[in-house]
Amino acid sequence: MAPAESYPDDLKYHEEHDWARVEGEEAVLGITWFAADALGELVHFEPPEVGSTVTKGQSYGEVESVKAVSDLIAPLSGEVVEVNQQVVDAPETVNEDAYGNGWLIRIRVGEPGEAASLLDAAAYRQLLESQ
Amino acid sequence: MAMPATLSHTPLHDRHVELGARMVPFAGWEMPVQYSGVIPEHRAVRADAGVFDVSHMGELEVEGPHARELLQGALSNDLDRLSPGEAQYTLLTNGDGGIVDDLIAYRLAEHSYLLVVNAANRASAYAWLKEREIPGSDVRDGSDDCALLAVQGPKAVKRLGLPSAAPFTFAETSLDGVEVMVNRTGYTGEDGCELLCMSEDAVRLWDAVLERGVVPCGLGARDTLRLEVCYPLHGNDIGPKTDAVSAGLGWACYLDKEFEGVDVLRRIKAEGPERRLVAFVMEDKAIPRPGMPIEGGGEVTSGSHSPMLGSGIGMGYVPAPQARAGTELTIDVRGRPRRARVVKKPIYKREG
Repeated sequence: MAPAESYPDDLKYHEEHDWARVEGEEAVLGITWFAADALGELVHFEPPEVGSTVTKGQSYGEVESVKAVSDLIAPLSGEVVEVNQQVVDAPETVNEDAYGNGWLIRIRVGEPGEAASLLDAAAYRQLLESQ
Repeated sequence: MAMPATLSHTPLHDRHVELGARMVPFAGWEMPVQYSGVIPEHRAVRADAGVFDVSHMGELEVEGPHARELLQGALSNDLDRLSPGEAQYTLLTNGDGGIVDDLIAYRLAEHSYLLVVNAANRASAYAWLKEREIPGSDVRDGSDDCALLAVQGPKAVKRLGLPSAAPFTFAETSLDGVEVMVNRTGYTGEDGCELLCMSEDAVRLWDAVLERGVVPCGLGARDTLRLEVCYPLHGNDIGPKTDAVSAGLGWACYLDKEFEGVDVLRRIKAEGPERRLVAFVMEDKAIPRPGMPIEGGGEVTSGSHSPMLGSGIGMGYVPAPQARAGTELTIDVRGRPRRARVVKKPIYKREG
């Protein structure tokens, strides 16, 4: 069974249902429980290349379920330093553990100031309720 | 997402909602796309048994001493091969050899036939036949009076407590107190049946089937199941502008009789089609989707993820020289070239 809906307090959220966990000069990116649930079981992750640049608000890759394709929107800008191979090999990891083993990429943050414009967990929950 | 108020509901709509199904618009109906998830539902049908509400499909009745004559001139397959109690896959064709609809024709009695047509084509198939009615034939749309449940999977028949029977036969019986027509047909490549009952009995029949341990399945799994076994989907793989020979459905066309478009089909068969509907499996990690270009002038018409193979699969039209099994194809997946290989149909076949 899929885990229960949750939005951890230590993450920053983008309104396109992506999250970022800032860890010093780096950040880990992923999609939220809401996004994973809406898509259904993921069957494909099209990652960016390590060394490429992602830009806040723009697509950096795709995830797909049986029925749908979804762009991954970068919550922060930066350079890709790692792709989660576990999700490439077993995309359903995102449905099982969206904020842990189901992370997607790690970036070196390009614009540290950007994080301030992201939503905190309470604001993101409010956004979901208003939709 | 708000649903337009005009969507039709099957008699089982409330049951689907109670079961927590995700409902989507499909061909003018609000239908369950999934309950627990497309992949577990797909696996349930391959391993055991699943049930699909397909009451949105159309049921046309054609009766009268000249019903056979009307249908033999409109449908591609040889209706004379059917005795009462037997059914066949057949095509309603247009003058260009195109496919107005694909359907199952059941011979109910000497002068009585039932056609189960696609939901999206119910009105057009009915109008098509009604226009061609001849004295001594009567075409009636009985869709609103019936419900249809497809119970599919290697254990489907056993779970329903039904005797085994040959594919494409049918019989009337009572299942847990509900009068049903049990048709040994389906759209999943598995053993099983389709149960036709009166609309007012649909909820009782649905409950009885679930009570027997059959898993409720949505249209999402129905699509991946049919794609694995390369059953074409009208509107995607076949349609009024595609012909049966190019689509690999020549086996459902009896070219020694006269029916609409037969001249075109005979010519295409004699000359060989310029393009063919092929099945393919992705070699690269990617999921093909309808409309994606195939290098060399082809196009994907159906594509998804195969739960049984764990990779992307699809069907599409390619120029005839690219249609041989083993040919490597390059599919344009949103700007990225991805390799696939043509395979023999079906893509998935049960072991043993």
